[in-house]
Amino acid sequence: MTMARGVALLAVAGVLLGCQDHAPARPVPGGDPSAGKQLLAERGCGSCHTIPGVSGANGLVGPPLDHFARRTYIAGEVINNADFLVRWIEVPQAIEPGTAMPNLGITEGQARSMAAYLYTLH
Amino acid sequence: MSPWWQAHSALHPNGAQLSLIIDRLWSPMFAAAAAIFALVAGALGWALLRRRAAAEAPDDPGRERGMRWTVSLATACTVAVLLVLLGLDISVSRATTAAPGRDALRVVVTGHQWWWEIRYGGVVTANEIHVPVGRTVVLELRSNDVIHSVWPISLSPKLDEIPGKNNSLSLRAERPGVFRGQCAEYCGHQHAKMAFLVVAEAPGSFERWLQGQRELAAPPADDLARHGQQVFLSSCAACHTVAGTPASGRAGPDLTHLAGRATIAAGTLANTRGNLAGWILDPQTIKPGAYMPPIPLAPADLHAVVAYLETLR
Repeated sequence: MTMARGVALLAVAGVLLGCQDHAPARPVPGGDPSAGKQLLAERGCGSCHTIPGVSGANGLVGPPLDHFARRTYIAGEVINNADFLVRWIEVPQAIEPGTAMPNLGITEGQARSMAAYLYTLH
Repeated sequence: MSPWWQAHSALHPNGAQLSLIIDRLWSPMFAAAAAIFALVAGALGWALLRRRAAAEAPDDPGRERGMRWTVSLATACTVAVLLVLLGLDISVSRATTAAPGRDALRVVVTGHQWWWEIRYGGVVTANEIHVPVGRTVVLELRSNDVIHSVWPISLSPKLDEIPGKNNSLSLRAERPGVFRGQCAEYCGHQHAKMAFLVVAEAPGSFERWLQGQRELAAPPADDLARHGQQVFLSSCAACHTVAGTPASGRAGPDLTHLAGRATIAAGTLANTRGNLAGWILDPQTIKPGAYMPPIPLAPADLHAVVAYLETLR
């Protein structure tokens, strides 16, 4: 009984731990999620967005980015897929002219990594 | 890992005054205290564990004499150690509180809730103290409101800024680098986010920096920055100064050369475009209680004002 419960607990823990650190839900070629997490912190994304796992990212100016991998649209404008997300991060005005989200001068490679991290948020 | 502007320790001194205190006072005191602690703990352990003689008479004259010797020796050692430490303390105190020479650079550091105004004569900046390596700098400490304490962590001891009283704190950077400082006296809601940087650089580059700070802000060169300046003058100028423009507010930090600074909001955020935008729109989420109100700008105005701020080198 006790042992069975222990095994069950371990199994639950395994599933939970597995959820913490899995591959991006949508593959982003050339994107490195851990580099992306670092970039999200360094560029100050967290001043406007709440981003789980990024220290200091508690901003309320723009939408929270939790569960980003499960969101249907980006900016209410385009389908949430890797190509649009990378473009949105690089040049927000190209997806939604007039958006308040600034162009932060992020390169395509950096945007790929940031997208890869956002897609780890289920 | 902490970012570079946070990872600094008083036990790894980069300033002459603190080096002296750590090397000549703190380290010997620590070594002496650790050795004495080990001796006492060892003696206690020995006393607890030793085998007692079967019939130890308490009034044995030989035993009594031995105890007297032990106590006298221990007292003499204690006095000797305390005298040596007192001598070190006095010599280090004399050295660190000696009057600075005439060539010392004087910088007025005024604490505000919750940021630092930095003045070199007529030059005004904020939250970043540039100093030439190898030259004594006297920080003249003032407060605009409550008691603050200036603690240039790895460069010198800390000292309070007390309203109505003029304190001064000397430091001399021994090597170039960017060293973090922090308010060390609880001063209200955002005390923890009241940091500053000391940027120690070669004398030549320090002079170039100071010369640059004397210049007025260059007029905006393109339409976006011109629009941004208009937004700044209507939304920000009541509290912030940009020298060379009508913006002359005194409630918040001088922004004439903002783009040259490494952080915003007194060491709270790296000075990046994203952080600037987020800080302007919603400072109360980033630093609740700070005296800057949220400035809800239209998107086009936001992009313009950020572009303008980035021209303020």
